Amino acid sequence: MTQTDRRGVHAEQVPAPARSSARAKFGSILFDDVQEARTERPAFFIDLNLDQVVDGIVGGRDDYNLTPFFHTPVERGDTVGYRHEVFRDLEKDALRAAVDEFAAAMRRVRSYLALVEKQPYVHETQRWFVDAAATYCGLVRRFADAVAGIEVESRGLRRFRGYLAGYCSSPVFASLESEAHEVIDGLQAVRYTVRIKAGRVTVQAYAGESDYTVEVERTFARFREGAAEDHLVKVPDSGSMDHVEARIAELVSRLFPAQFQALEVFFRAHGDFVDPVIARFDREVQFYLAYADYIQPLTAAGLAFSYPVLVDGWGETAVEGGFDLALAGKAGSAAGAIVPNDFALRGAERILVVTGPNQGGKTTFARMVGQLHYLAALGVPVTAGSARLALADQLFTLFGKREDITTLHGRLDEELVQVRAILQQATSRSLILLNEVLSSTTLEDAVYLGNEVLGRVADRGCATVWVTFVDELADTGAATVSMMAGVHPDDPSQRTYKIARKPADGRAYASALAEKYGLSYPRLRHRISP
Amino acid sequence: MKVRLMDRGRDFDPEQSLPAQADTLEQDLELGTLLDVIAQGDGYLRTIAQRSLLSGLQEVDAIRYRQQILADCLKHPAVVRALYQLAVKGVETKRDARFYWFRDSPDSVLQKSIGMLGLLADGLRQLRQLADENASGFDSEGFTRLFTALRQELDEEYLQAVAEHLHGLRFRRDAFMSASLGRANRGTNYVLRKPEERTLLQRITPSGPAGYSFTIGERDEYGMQALADLRGRGIGLVANALAQSTDHVLGFFGLLRAELGFYVGCLNLHDQLVERGVATCFPDPLAPHQGVASAGGLRDAALAFHLQQPPVGNDVDADRKQLVIVTGANQGGKTTFLRSVGLAQLMMQAGMFVAADWFRAPICRGLFTHFKREEDPTMTRGKLEEELHRMSDIADQVTANSLLLCNESFAATNEREGSEIAHQVLQAMTEAGVRVVFVTHLHDLAERVHRQQLDAALFLRAERTPDGNRSFRIIPGEPLPTSYGQDSYRRIFGLPAGTR
Repeated sequence: MTQTDRRGVHAEQVPAPARSSARAKFGSILFDDVQEARTERPAFFIDLNLDQVVDGIVGGRDDYNLTPFFHTPVERGDTVGYRHEVFRDLEKDALRAAVDEFAAAMRRVRSYLALVEKQPYVHETQRWFVDAAATYCGLVRRFADAVAGIEVESRGLRRFRGYLAGYCSSPVFASLESEAHEVIDGLQAVRYTVRIKAGRVTVQAYAGESDYTVEVERTFARFREGAAEDHLVKVPDSGSMDHVEARIAELVSRLFPAQFQALEVFFRAHGDFVDPVIARFDREVQFYLAYADYIQPLTAAGLAFSYPVLVDGWGETAVEGGFDLALAGKAGSAAGAIVPNDFALRGAERILVVTGPNQGGKTTFARMVGQLHYLAALGVPVTAGSARLALADQLFTLFGKREDITTLHGRLDEELVQVRAILQQATSRSLILLNEVLSSTTLEDAVYLGNEVLGRVADRGCATVWVTFVDELADTGAATVSMMAGVHPDDPSQRTYKIARKPADGRAYASALAEKYGLSYPRLRHRISP
Repeated sequence: MKVRLMDRGRDFDPEQSLPAQADTLEQDLELGTLLDVIAQGDGYLRTIAQRSLLSGLQEVDAIRYRQQILADCLKHPAVVRALYQLAVKGVETKRDARFYWFRDSPDSVLQKSIGMLGLLADGLRQLRQLADENASGFDSEGFTRLFTALRQELDEEYLQAVAEHLHGLRFRRDAFMSASLGRANRGTNYVLRKPEERTLLQRITPSGPAGYSFTIGERDEYGMQALADLRGRGIGLVANALAQSTDHVLGFFGLLRAELGFYVGCLNLHDQLVERGVATCFPDPLAPHQGVASAGGLRDAALAFHLQQPPVGNDVDADRKQLVIVTGANQGGKTTFLRSVGLAQLMMQAGMFVAADWFRAPICRGLFTHFKREEDPTMTRGKLEEELHRMSDIADQVTANSLLLCNESFAATNEREGSEIAHQVLQAMTEAGVRVVFVTHLHDLAERVHRQQLDAALFLRAERTPDGNRSFRIIPGEPLPTSYGQDSYRRIFGLPAGTR
């Protein structure tokens, strides 16, 4: 059995609040209140294939450690709205470009600072430090300017924009910026010469000697016809100083003492210059970008995502064009071949009983329902053309593992224990997904057990998807909705992967007539070419 | 330094893409035979000639420009061949140098360039000397200009300056360079400087900037390597500039080889045609819209190399004719005639002589051939379908003032259908301003066009003497309802010849 449980949350270190109380307040782009990301993976992740999805989303962004955010559904519907606003803002190309540029520059700053720690020669490390500071100042100012010029509507980005404006005009930032530029300008103006003569190296200030390359080019200019192939050979380069270069740098520092003293002073004066609030934003905003980047190719392949409307009760649930994100992610550019499905719970309906042939898309359907609710609770666009969803307080999955022979013995008992545990924890706001469980017995037993459990589930008032081959369970009262996976009428071995509301009849010949008129799903789809 | 022997305003591009119909032309006009003669075993000459013939010139002036240069070549073949040999030798410097240099460091690039430039400078000097000795005998604008450039730009003073540069860069352990501080405070923007000037500057300003020195110990292998890398960065730009200069000089030799190659190929062809007694002349190119097209003694230049005696020449007067329909006896020289027209057109537009006593024709925008083919070996299409497909390809590309040569097109179906298709094609083509020469056995077609009494149509016929013999001559004559297949039948079955 698997379940979510909010009580065992491991809180992460809370970043220090902004240092100056005069600045606009801003905490997090992900939470409009205090809530911390959890580190452990929700147990239902594997059943819903959300582990694959999240791996795909955070892939290539390892430095940001985003996985905890995707393990943490929000506690309040308001936070979902807070995130939707930010998502919508980030759909604007100008803002997205600005954030990407900001993030790239922050990565550069971190890589420079890593070199400050790593490299052995002071003339090198101090230069990395001042370059990191200058890059940081530049990116902060560019980003502040960029967001100031873009219409943003989300609370999160408006607040962060205000915070940035205040930070940019603070004296701490101003002195960091001006001093870094002074130091770098001074170093960049240094010109020196190196004379190598049989192992002896002489370093002097440059005194205007003429360029040999220009002379050579001038001599052969009369043969020049258009562009020439490049013959520049890259000299092997570790990217950092070797000991000969370090000695040369030492001599250059003696030739230009003022510039190098300024560097040293800067290094000593500005310790940890990266603002913690900005650092936190840099990490957290990647949550949005990672998800947007993940779904972009799927959108391009024709799959529709939407911002769900949160509803208060299960009876208002309505989804059109829902699909399995893990399946779509695997299909990649072939995602257009994914078959979307609709479902709804109306009034007192709480339980979707899904029957139909093997390999007909039933498990995918159950996963899809679970994913939709989980994604809605993450505050991200969900995998459906339109969705009205209730926020589940807990999500339980129990997926029978048919192929595992070793657990067959006593499996029924084991499953019953797990079902009982779920029913103990579930509230009327919980979502339960049961897939081919309680079937390791005779049909009569399975009908009986199923009816019993369904009755308890119905009493609890929680939402449930029950995938089963026991047709009898599909008609157990007002809370139950029967759905069936479809097959082609003239070739029942062909699945349509369409799960539709209809009585469980064990077969799917009802659509034979439609096929005759060319109105079966694949025919019609084929006929209506894009 | 320009060569400009192929075009007054442009370098010749031996890599230029060929028109879409190039392969078809080559096959239908037996261009291979001609190219083999031109090459005389030199594959490069073959390529150049092929490109030149298949990408013909479009201006009367440009054709005349080459004709004049070719006339100079025919007067001084030995000098032209000697120039070509120098060009070839220059280009081959590169191939020789590749042998023992690896492109793995700025220094190896530098040393390789110094070596090659040394050899190329010798070649340049010899070119200049040939120009000095022979310039006065050449009259064409192209050669006059080339020789003048060689004599002015490659004078002794210049070649001396080149030699000095090459000498100054030979020292492999030294360098004097400037730098600024880049990332990590490491040196960057390394620029090799002329070292002599330092001593001069120091003399002027004795209190000049102080310097600091250190020495890398002989046993410090890492230090020595680091120093070598540093020098590599310093000489990188110069090595690149020198290597690029080498490329430029090689490029000049390459262009010289390509452009002279065309004329050397023409010399080869001319020698061989003369040997076989085939007359040549410089044709008279006319602007594309001019309707004048006639020739005397027009021969198939390729056929000359398959026969013991010179091929039969034809006189044609197709002035103001948009459509020429050729009918008549099998084996009567119709295809040969068609090929002679196509080859002469290609050769004229390449700036070459043609195999005729005289020849004048408008420049065609594009030359197209639609010849009967063997069955498609891939079996993807039926024969008629294959023909239609090819004609459709032509229709995609053809423009007004193009020349279309058809050889028994649409014979892959019955006469009535073939004639109907052909008639519609011909009507459309000619109305669009395409000139068409159509060799056919389709009597329905020929007869139908003949009845229309079009001024713009000319009917030619392969001559057959009353005893059934072929003269291989194409003469004016209306279409006849037989192609004398009987003659073939009789000949092959050993039956007595006779008229119908």
